[in-house]
Amino acid sequence: MAQTQSEIRYLTPLSVDTKKKKYCRFKRSGIKYIDYKDPEFLKKFLNEQGKILPRRITGTSLKFQRRVAKAVKRARHLALLPFVTDLMK
Amino acid sequence: MNHYETVFILTPVLSDAQMKEAVEKFKGVLTSNGAEIVNEENWGLRKLAYPIQKKTTGFYTLIEFDGEPTIVNQIETAFRRDEKVLRFLTFHLDKFAAEYAVKRRNKKAAAKEEAPAEEVKQEEVVEETNA
Repeated sequence: MAQTQSEIRYLTPLSVDTKKKKYCRFKRSGIKYIDYKDPEFLKKFLNEQGKILPRRITGTSLKFQRRVAKAVKRARHLALLPFVTDLMK
Repeated sequence: MNHYETVFILTPVLSDAQMKEAVEKFKGVLTSNGAEIVNEENWGLRKLAYPIQKKTTGFYTLIEFDGEPTIVNQIETAFRRDEKVLRFLTFHLDKFAAEYAVKRRNKKAAAKEEAPAEEVKQEEVVEETNA
């Protein structure tokens, strides 16, 4: 009976410990300045309601998270991005 | 001398000529106070992400200029006094932002002059010497 456990087979290997490592896209691609005039790019850091996504989800480093937040807020001031919305994407 | 850029939104009730006139007025404020205009972009009538003063569209204009820090106050006072302006934002370009602005300008020029290919090269050369 000790063998029954090893009898279980899966068609696809179990995904254990295959979490993808998050990374900061600005550091990786060498972006140094985040433009507030480009709302399409900034939308990558917002959820459907237009809220800024936290670092733990996007993986952005602290330095660039601050800059993303600044850029988003500037874009909101210029009505390039909404303050509140539903179904932005 | 610092690099600055300013974006402002004019109300959509203006005619095209009035809009151009207003832009010229602000450019006049800048140049008369010793600033040098580097670049000007007219984004045209754009939809606003949310209504401002019950308007849902607006004329966007971007002006890049070099000048002393005191100029910022002067231009912003001019914006505040003018009720045609819905919103404005003046931004100080640091070295990375300035680099980006130059790149953006060249890209814009290239895209605009894509059909007559010869003019592109000439424009780019001119702008590189400016930068």
